[in-house]
Amino acid sequence: MIAVIADREFRALFGSPLAWAILAVVQVLLAYIFLTRIQLFVEFQPRLLGLERSPGLTDIVVAPLFGSAGIVLLLVAPMLTMRMIAEERRTGTLRLLYAAPVSMLEIVLGKFLGLMAFFLVTLLMIATMPLSLLLGGGLDLGQFAAGFLGLGLLLAAFVAVGLFLSSVTDHPTVAGIASFGALLLLWIIEWPGGSEEGAGLFAYLSMARHFQSLLKGVFNSVDVFYFFLLIAVFLILTVWRLDADRLQH
Amino acid sequence: MSADILIDVQHLYRYYGGVCAVNDVSFSVRRGEVLGILGPNGAGKTSTMQMISGTLAPSAGGITVGGIDILESPKAAKANLGYLPEHPPLYRDMRVDEYLLYCARLHRIHRHQCDAVLAKTKSRCGLGDAGQRLIGNLSKGYQQRVGIAQAILHAPAVVILDEPTIGLDPIQIREIRDLIGELRGDHSVILSTHILPEVQAVCDRVLIIHQGRLVLNDSVERLTHQQSVTGLRIALRQPPDVAQLQAIAGVEQVERLDSNRFLLHHPPDRNPADGVVDLAVERRWGLFELVPETRSLEETFVQLTAGERLAGGEQEAFP
Repeated sequence: MIAVIADREFRALFGSPLAWAILAVVQVLLAYIFLTRIQLFVEFQPRLLGLERSPGLTDIVVAPLFGSAGIVLLLVAPMLTMRMIAEERRTGTLRLLYAAPVSMLEIVLGKFLGLMAFFLVTLLMIATMPLSLLLGGGLDLGQFAAGFLGLGLLLAAFVAVGLFLSSVTDHPTVAGIASFGALLLLWIIEWPGGSEEGAGLFAYLSMARHFQSLLKGVFNSVDVFYFFLLIAVFLILTVWRLDADRLQH
Repeated sequence: MSADILIDVQHLYRYYGGVCAVNDVSFSVRRGEVLGILGPNGAGKTSTMQMISGTLAPSAGGITVGGIDILESPKAAKANLGYLPEHPPLYRDMRVDEYLLYCARLHRIHRHQCDAVLAKTKSRCGLGDAGQRLIGNLSKGYQQRVGIAQAILHAPAVVILDEPTIGLDPIQIREIRDLIGELRGDHSVILSTHILPEVQAVCDRVLIIHQGRLVLNDSVERLTHQQSVTGLRIALRQPPDVAQLQAIAGVEQVERLDSNRFLLHHPPDRNPADGVVDLAVERRWGLFELVPETRSLEETFVQLTAGERLAGGEQEAFP
């Protein structure tokens, strides 16, 4: 059942021009960033050769590319997540799912995985750019993999948060702006710095912090656990919210 | 006995905030029965149907579908249900075939059977040639058919249709009625409407809900028998004296409507039509109209629901 719902969501996305537009815009923006980083690397390469423990191609091109991809997708993800439930509630199609023999968890997971399948396509398209460097150079594949995983987890968290906020309202735009706000807050929450009390908590809550360490190639289970926790919490909240739909009006 | 009862609703209540939209409604539906739920707008019809379909939780009371409690095991109970909400739940940007295939898969119809099920359902609902069209481009009537197709395609034991003929033209309405008649065989059908002739045409039993309360639960046959045929309206070119009409066997009372028209009252079991026609020919009255005056379900309905029409106004806002 989860697969059936996910499959529909995935096809529906590609049936609309929005998904194609997003793929194109993200690709163009990131290609530009990719090229500027390549240029930077080519300029500095002679000087880097002289350094000991110098940053390599992966540090200079891949990590910043994935970092920028995180920010670009933070802007883009709410546009896709906002419609997932809010619009279905508005048009009444949510009743089709409520009346079908499927549980709320199946509905939520189906929608989550359907959207993740779309973002996997986006991620693979982004990943082809750094992978093309293998034609003429060498990459630290371990760091690349950690960064790719980080970007994937980050996106899954974006989708989970967006899905929950989409289930709260029946106005897609409200869900969109709320998700954007929530995601940005989770991104910048570490800004208070290290000196104040409770800064450790803020740093732990920050998505950017955990994402950055994965980009550096440090595979720390704390970071991965953080993302899993965030995703699970928001998916469970979404299930609760949909259950409450039947109880209250 | 319980094997025959497909839907059993016991003491159902539903509150929206402080307003009671459904107030102590109990009824049951047997296999093969077509039940019509009648009521003015805002009476609680839709809420009741939503609760039976499992898309709205009741505030109190119990519902079983085919013996399965819908609150305790919703998935098993919903497998026996097909539901068409008031607004058909259609994805406008899907094609009819895609949409129906999705619904079939949601109802766990095996992939190999989907083609056959879709073809059968489409022909039943008159959608044979619409498979490749976008739902958003279909007319209201066709969208309604897709909604009905969605509700019956997994051959559920109980089909719940919330105002299935709304927005359809008379020919389509007749087709939908035929379809409901066809479903009657092995499914039970619950349909809500505020079109009274529809209930008389297709339903076996009728519930009238008013301000959340069940005010009538009776078979259509009995209602029709009790309420109907109490008069015969005739029009004559050369009308005779009232006394001559009064003398016809079976006529209890004669009411003169205008210079040519009369209303003859008679008991339900003695229809004086034959006598009237014979005499009219014999005495050359020039009979040109003879219409049985049926006291319809409409009057029962109005009688039961009109009393507090004003007080009911505040409930109009609720679904």
